[in-house]
Amino acid sequence: MSTSSDLRDKLRKKRRALQESLGKVKDDTQVLVPSDSDVTKENEHTAVEELTGRGDDPGETLRRSLKAQRMKRKKKLLEEMSMEGPPEEEMLQEEVTAVQELQQELEDHSVETLAEGGRSVRLQRDLPPLPVARADSSLSESSMRQRMREKLRVARSKAASLLQQEASLEPPSRLRGLRDREALTRFDREVDPDLRDEESSFSARVKFRDAARRATRDARTETGLPTAEEAYKFFTFNFDPEPQERRRKNRTKKKPRSTDDEEEEADEEEEEEEEEAEMARAHEGEDEPRDRDEDAPLVRDEEEDLFIIDQSAQDFLELKKAEYIGYNRRVLREREVLFTPSTRPVPPSCKLPENVQPRYLEEEGLYVGERPPVILSNQNILENRILKQDEGRKWFGDDGRIMALPDPIKESSSRPPLYHLEEELDPTLQTVYRKALKSKYVNRYIAGVGDTQGDYQLDVDVSGLIFSHHPLFSREHVLGARLAQLYDQYLSRQHKNLTCLLTDKLNGLRNTIRNMLELHSGEGISHVTQQRIAEYKQEVRHTRQLRDSEQEKDRTLLKSIIKVWKELKSLREFQRCTNTPYKLYIRREEVQRALDEQEQEAEILAEVAELQAECEEDYERKLSEYRRQLEEWKSWRKKLKAMKKKQKKRRPQSQDVDEEEEEGEQSEEELGEEPVKPEAPEKLDIAGLEQQIREKAARIRRKPGEPVLVPELTASSPVTSNEQCPRGELARREDVSKRSLFVKVLYNDKEVSRTDSRSLNADFRVHFGQIFNLKIVNWPESIKLQIYECGSSSSSLLAEVCVPVPESSVLTGSAPSEELEFSSNQRVACNHEGVGSDVPFSFAADGSNRQTLLTSGKLSCCVSWAIGEDDIPLAPPSAQPGAGMHSGLRQMDAIACIGASGLNDMKKLGKWAAESRLDPNDPNNASIMQLLSVASGGEVAVHDYFRLEQLQEEFNFLSDEELERSRRFRLLRLRSQEEPEFRNFKTIPATEREISEKVFEDYERRLKEGELVDTKEHIDAHRALVAKYLQKVCESVINRFLISKHYYILSDLIVEDDVPSIGVLGLNLFKLAEPKRPLKPRRKERKKVTAQNLSDGDIKLLVNIIRGYDIPVRKPHASKPAAGSKSARSYTETFTAASSSQTALQGSEWPLGQPVIRPFVEVSFQRTVLQTSTAEGPNPCWNEELVLPFSAPNGDYSTSGLQAVRDEVFISIFDEVLHEVVEDERERGSSVHTRIERHWLGSIKIPFSTIYLQSRIDGTFKLGTPPVLLGYSKERSLGSEGGYDAVRSLSEGTFLTLFITIEPQLVPGDSIREKMKDVKFDTQELERLLLACEIFEKDAGQRFPNRPCLTTVVDINGKTVFITRFIRPLPPPQELLDAFPNNPQEATELVARYVSLIPFLPDSVSFASVCDLWSTCDQFLTLLAGDEEEHAVLLCNYFLSMGKKAWLIIGTAIPEGPTAYVLTQEQNRYLIWNPSTGQYYGQHDTFCPLQTVGCLVNADNVWFNIQVYAAPMRMSFDVTKPKFWKPFFSRSFPDPGLSSVQPEDLVYRRTDKAVAAELQDRIEKVLREKIMEWRPRHPTRWNRYCTSTLRHFLPKLELSGGREVAEEHRLELQSLLGDYRISGFPLHLPFSEIRPIIEAVYSTGVHNVEAPNVEFALAVYVHPYPSNVLSVWVYIASLIRTR
Amino acid sequence: MTSSNPSVFLLMVSGQIEGAHFPEYDDLYCKYCFVYGHDWAPTSVSEVQISHPVVLSLEPQHTSHTALGLEEGISQITSKGRDSSQSLVWNFPLDITFKSTNPFGWPQIVVSVYGPDTFGNDVVRGYGAVHIPFTPGKHSRTVPMFVPESTSRLQKFTSWLMGRRPEYTDPKVVAQGEGREVTRVRSQGFVTLQFNIVTKDMKKLGYDTTSGEQAPATRLAGTEQPYGS
Repeated sequence: MSTSSDLRDKLRKKRRALQESLGKVKDDTQVLVPSDSDVTKENEHTAVEELTGRGDDPGETLRRSLKAQRMKRKKKLLEEMSMEGPPEEEMLQEEVTAVQELQQELEDHSVETLAEGGRSVRLQRDLPPLPVARADSSLSESSMRQRMREKLRVARSKAASLLQQEASLEPPSRLRGLRDREALTRFDREVDPDLRDEESSFSARVKFRDAARRATRDARTETGLPTAEEAYKFFTFNFDPEPQERRRKNRTKKKPRSTDDEEEEADEEEEEEEEEAEMARAHEGEDEPRDRDEDAPLVRDEEEDLFIIDQSAQDFLELKKAEYIGYNRRVLREREVLFTPSTRPVPPSCKLPENVQPRYLEEEGLYVGERPPVILSNQNILENRILKQDEGRKWFGDDGRIMALPDPIKESSSRPPLYHLEEELDPTLQTVYRKALKSKYVNRYIAGVGDTQGDYQLDVDVSGLIFSHHPLFSREHVLGARLAQLYDQYLSRQHKNLTCLLTDKLNGLRNTIRNMLELHSGEGISHVTQQRIAEYKQEVRHTRQLRDSEQEKDRTLLKSIIKVWKELKSLREFQRCTNTPYKLYIRREEVQRALDEQEQEAEILAEVAELQAECEEDYERKLSEYRRQLEEWKSWRKKLKAMKKKQKKRRPQSQDVDEEEEEGEQSEEELGEEPVKPEAPEKLDIAGLEQQIREKAARIRRKPGEPVLVPELTASSPVTSNEQCPRGELARREDVSKRSLFVKVLYNDKEVSRTDSRSLNADFRVHFGQIFNLKIVNWPESIKLQIYECGSSSSSLLAEVCVPVPESSVLTGSAPSEELEFSSNQRVACNHEGVGSDVPFSFAADGSNRQTLLTSGKLSCCVSWAIGEDDIPLAPPSAQPGAGMHSGLRQMDAIACIGASGLNDMKKLGKWAAESRLDPNDPNNASIMQLLSVASGGEVAVHDYFRLEQLQEEFNFLSDEELERSRRFRLLRLRSQEEPEFRNFKTIPATEREISEKVFEDYERRLKEGELVDTKEHIDAHRALVAKYLQKVCESVINRFLISKHYYILSDLIVEDDVPSIGVLGLNLFKLAEPKRPLKPRRKERKKVTAQNLSDGDIKLLVNIIRGYDIPVRKPHASKPAAGSKSARSYTETFTAASSSQTALQGSEWPLGQPVIRPFVEVSFQRTVLQTSTAEGPNPCWNEELVLPFSAPNGDYSTSGLQAVRDEVFISIFDEVLHEVVEDERERGSSVHTRIERHWLGSIKIPFSTIYLQSRIDGTFKLGTPPVLLGYSKERSLGSEGGYDAVRSLSEGTFLTLFITIEPQLVPGDSIREKMKDVKFDTQELERLLLACEIFEKDAGQRFPNRPCLTTVVDINGKTVFITRFIRPLPPPQELLDAFPNNPQEATELVARYVSLIPFLPDSVSFASVCDLWSTCDQFLTLLAGDEEEHAVLLCNYFLSMGKKAWLIIGTAIPEGPTAYVLTQEQNRYLIWNPSTGQYYGQHDTFCPLQTVGCLVNADNVWFNIQVYAAPMRMSFDVTKPKFWKPFFSRSFPDPGLSSVQPEDLVYRRTDKAVAAELQDRIEKVLREKIMEWRPRHPTRWNRYCTSTLRHFLPKLELSGGREVAEEHRLELQSLLGDYRISGFPLHLPFSEIRPIIEAVYSTGVHNVEAPNVEFALAVYVHPYPSNVLSVWVYIASLIRTR
Repeated sequence: MTSSNPSVFLLMVSGQIEGAHFPEYDDLYCKYCFVYGHDWAPTSVSEVQISHPVVLSLEPQHTSHTALGLEEGISQITSKGRDSSQSLVWNFPLDITFKSTNPFGWPQIVVSVYGPDTFGNDVVRGYGAVHIPFTPGKHSRTVPMFVPESTSRLQKFTSWLMGRRPEYTDPKVVAQGEGREVTRVRSQGFVTLQFNIVTKDMKKLGYDTTSGEQAPATRLAGTEQPYGS
């Protein structure tokens, strides 16, 4: 409580401060505050602030603050009470819901926190709606208090009386404890409100609450001083919680039952003062369980009451503890329900009925099948479970085991074998091909159903039907129907009035012809006109015939109507009753006889004239035909005659009759068959013609003068009533009246609705008049109406009518009703007057002239699309793509209406229309005419081919050519193809115009160069070819690589620890106990960085140069003693070879016993040059770190990109020479000018790829020093260093200790190599061998992971080859052997030198480190490029052929890394040869670069090193000892006799000396140019004399192998020495290209001499060895004239 | 820069990683980075103002990558809220501007969530990636998160014990498809991101990403409340 009081104090203070600060802006705040939205917004802020501000326990703080708040408010209210506060405000405050209250509190709180934070800026906004803000005036407080007290008393008594009154009203039967009642009484006496509150009865309180509510309501209405109720309320509001709590404690101790009350009390508080809600709830929560037990219904009652009082939702929340049943109780309870079958076997006694011994059938000799195997425990579980059931025992057999069928699985397949050999497949098992069926329901749904548009409705209006025949027709009905039918026909004909139409047309045509003839009046009728006339005539004839037939039809129709009517009349008379109401009137229309006759006559005459003309024409034509034929006949006759004559002539000559006959026949054959003699056409009989016409006219037309007969059918005749009818007729009529009909409506073959059943009328008409609205989802396919007839009992299908699906334009309202005919072939016979159906009957009494009629009729209906409420037709869009096939909405096309449905070819249609001469004016043809006009106008071109993706072209926004031409697209495509130039191209411009053609230049050039090889770089065509071949191999390998690059394995993507072994696990568990931060930190492995997310500048090359050994020292001049300065000494020309023999002599010459040299190291990489400081002496110590930046080509930092980096790190040692430049003798005393010169002493180059793959290079390396170093000699210090000297003397040369690494450490591309192993290569090796290799390598890798082991390699064709196949003795070039015939040692060295002269090209560079490819020796010599393996294999093979014992060493060396060396055994020592340099080392040589020996290989076997140490110095090379070497082929796995892949013999080509000379000249020229180029600001002078001297010297160097010629050389240069200070050296390189030579020269830095009088000398010598192996010597020197 | 013929378009992304829903874990923090194609480059506002047409060169570009927006970030550690939703809230801001010439390789944000396991080791709790929305306006995205599964049960157990769960070598893997077929993952929870996207010149370069309807107007009306209600 102390905290709350503190808070309260604080709050008060703060509020006061606020009030003061806000005194001025009081009005503003008043406006500001009440807005709810403001409040909520603020709360959002403040809530967060509060939470963050008080991180410890927000709930606790909240509660505390609430309490404080409540107290504060209490106080405030007291204050208010004592002053004249406006009552409205209080009321308002009371009405505020709990949520708002809470907000307010928060707000208050925020004020506090904010104020604490000193953020007074926000104070204004955060001001709470406190009435207190204005309550600072405490004037006349005491008087006020008094007044209040009085009022309070009044109010209290009032309320008390009210309560008392209502309490007395309570029914006495209420469930109430005695104590409660007591409390009630006590309340009556007690006046203390606090006590009253505690002990007031529940109902009383409710009533009181009501009263209070009423009071508030009252108070709200009347605004004045606080009323009694209000005053009372103030007191009831504010009671101190502290005594209450105390009391509560007491009470709970004393009488637990009263907690009930208390809780209610708390509730009351809650209601009346929402701030306390939290508190109350807390108590409530505590009291809950007891409540429930004791008086649960009461609580519920109260809750209901609570509901009456309007409360916020929060108050109804009841927090309950989660129901918890103790574990043991739960187990007990569960035991009743749950059952866990035990796995123990069930005693057999339980399984069998009592007193029954198990019976074992098997023992009785019966066969018992094998039971399926079941695990015993499972069986036990099952048995236990079964036994739990009531009738569990029936599951058990006699033997007490669960009954089980024998194993149901058949041993063999029961299915007959499908294929008998050579036999046909059983026909029943033959596969039958069925065409794929398209589901009927696909695409039947109307698209867009479901949305508002797909609201389609079809209205089917079935209005009625009329029978044209029905089994119940009487004979009269039949006649009547016929009459009606005829009359209908008549009417429709009348309506069409075809006769009249045709007559008019005929007249029109005739007139036209006449007009035409008159116009031209005989003369000059043009051909066209003539033709047209002929056409018209043709038309006239045609029309006339049509008209005649129509007239005839009219006539016959009229006649038959009359005939039927007569029959009807006679029938009525015959049967003495009338069944049908038909009555025919025939109206007679008189015509003027004369006029009529005249017309008729004119007509006939015209016709006659026409016919005459036609006939004449016809005659003419026939006549001409006849004439022609006659001519033919005549000519034939003539020929015949002539022939006969001939024959006659011939006859005397040969009297053989037979012959003659033959000949006659012959002639006849010649002439052909005898043409029939044509008959002359008959002349026209005009009179007969006229007669014909007249007859016809009489037949088809009414006679002139005859009145026009107009029949009129009515249904007005009275039908005889039933009583007067004969019995048969009566029976029929009764039958009719029984019949009723209804119509079913079927939509898509599904019945959707049916009409009511309507009885059949006597006139056989049924009226339905029903409209069905069909809401459709499916496409309409068919709409059928089925007519059913119900007899007395059953109903039968009478007929089915298909209604065409209307077009979408056919809408309800406008659609006409259609009459659809139907018929049924049911045979119905009647036993009364009805004629029946399909039953012959006769009208005549004698039964002749029998007729058979089928039930038929007409159904009148109308199907149309409905119209929606807003006049929108509810019809689907007619053109539904895709649905056309299935929709019943087939376009009622024009073609269909002329009866040629399915005719879709427009062209054919057009043709047909033209041929059939359709009348364009005929209304029947209107639609087809329109179609034709559309077809001819629109010319719908239909392709007659099929296309699979016919919409493809729609999506082509550009033609392919344009796409090809687009530079941007091309760029994108090339990048996607990962062309090296574009692979890392960034930001391809957005528009075409920003891409220049230049971008592609490099790429195109490269493409062109694929074919053309730059011959300038290469010595001759052979090398060019080699380069080309190499490139091709490279490409194919890279392709392979690219495939594997996109082949991921898990470890590429996911970092996951391996499963640790138990030992490691234990160790790690132990580690858990380790301190997290040990005091003594240990070195950790650097984190490896995958190269993919690097960029320029991220990678740095760290070169740590530690120290150097045996650096050559300047040779002091022998003749002149050292004079003063060093520089003076250094230009004394000394030429000394680095021979140790002289060192002893020279050592004494140094005055101080200290050789003079000031070396420094310069490292150059990617044109960045850094150098160390200068040290002193021949064994300097620099210990400096140089940091060189690295940037990958094209910004490609992928692993493959980094591996392909060809850059090399050049590390060179220079001697810094200081020259004093004496410009003026006078200045000598005061100033010193020095020039610094640097003299190259030697260098090492390390390819970047090596560093990258090794990740670090650490060790002492031999410096590549020139054989002759002008002015320098090897220092051999005597004395103190003697001991060390002995060790070093084993190897000559200068050494440098280095440490090179890359920062950050990159993951080398080993993973790719690993991956390539997964990509299996082709192989010719035996599977067994490969398997053994794998095991061997795996085993080796496990035992000695650091020792490389190689058994299979990949040859240049990409095939896996066993390594021993590469070893085979091969003879070296004969001339090498001939060079030293007596000295095998020399010859050996020469051979090694020859091998080392073959240029070195690491695989990792050429093949991007994809894999190590091994080439055979002949391939190697052809390619003239290879890495360590090729060199080593060749050297080893040479040694073997020279009779040495030689092995291939697979091991690691510095700086190469994994490499191959050659081991030879000489007498009793082993020599290790570095094939790339030609150097050899003894086994115990300290400076041997070989660090680890992994395995030895010779032609027969592979041995893996299983010794403790792998360094050559500490191991034995005796492969016969199985303890040290593990052979691959052993007794258990003998050598299968592998043949070698090497050729039997190597063919060496003699190198052309002229070519070498040419190359020599070219190199010299290029180097000269380059040196001049490198010295752009200084003139470069060449000393010819010196050059020639040097040139003579170089061949000797070559001959001697670079040794022991220095002295001679010195003498040769003696003549120059007097005048010049020379520094220079010969460089020796194998030749591959010119570029490396240039690089090497550049790295010496000779060109950097900037003395003004410097001269240069450059000599190049190329010595050819067989097979184009060239040794290149470059002698370069700078000369400075000293005088 | 207001030329009618722009050569690049800009995509300005601001927003926040609002929070996450990881039902089982607590005290998580997250890391984000962006993955984008070759034609995309993050840029800063100042650079944009003085930007010039793209210079095409095949030389390796030695541009420094300092001060070019916030390409990566690691958030604070957040604990679960006390409320029923139990969500983890970071409200970690994102702010980056890209310039590009080509929508190919549209940027994706890769979020990876880490947190302590039962032994207190920091382990990965989820990876997820989502494309930056391409229509201007306010977007919120819920990204399902997942972690790679151990290859075997034993490994799962040991990794749990040692607190060294399998992780992606590079979280950016989740934004691409290549090589994913070798992994198996398990879903973990969700991270909610909010983006405010502004684009510039996209329409001028022919990329129309805005829909026809104007949605933001209605949304504004929805959030604004009448005063004093």
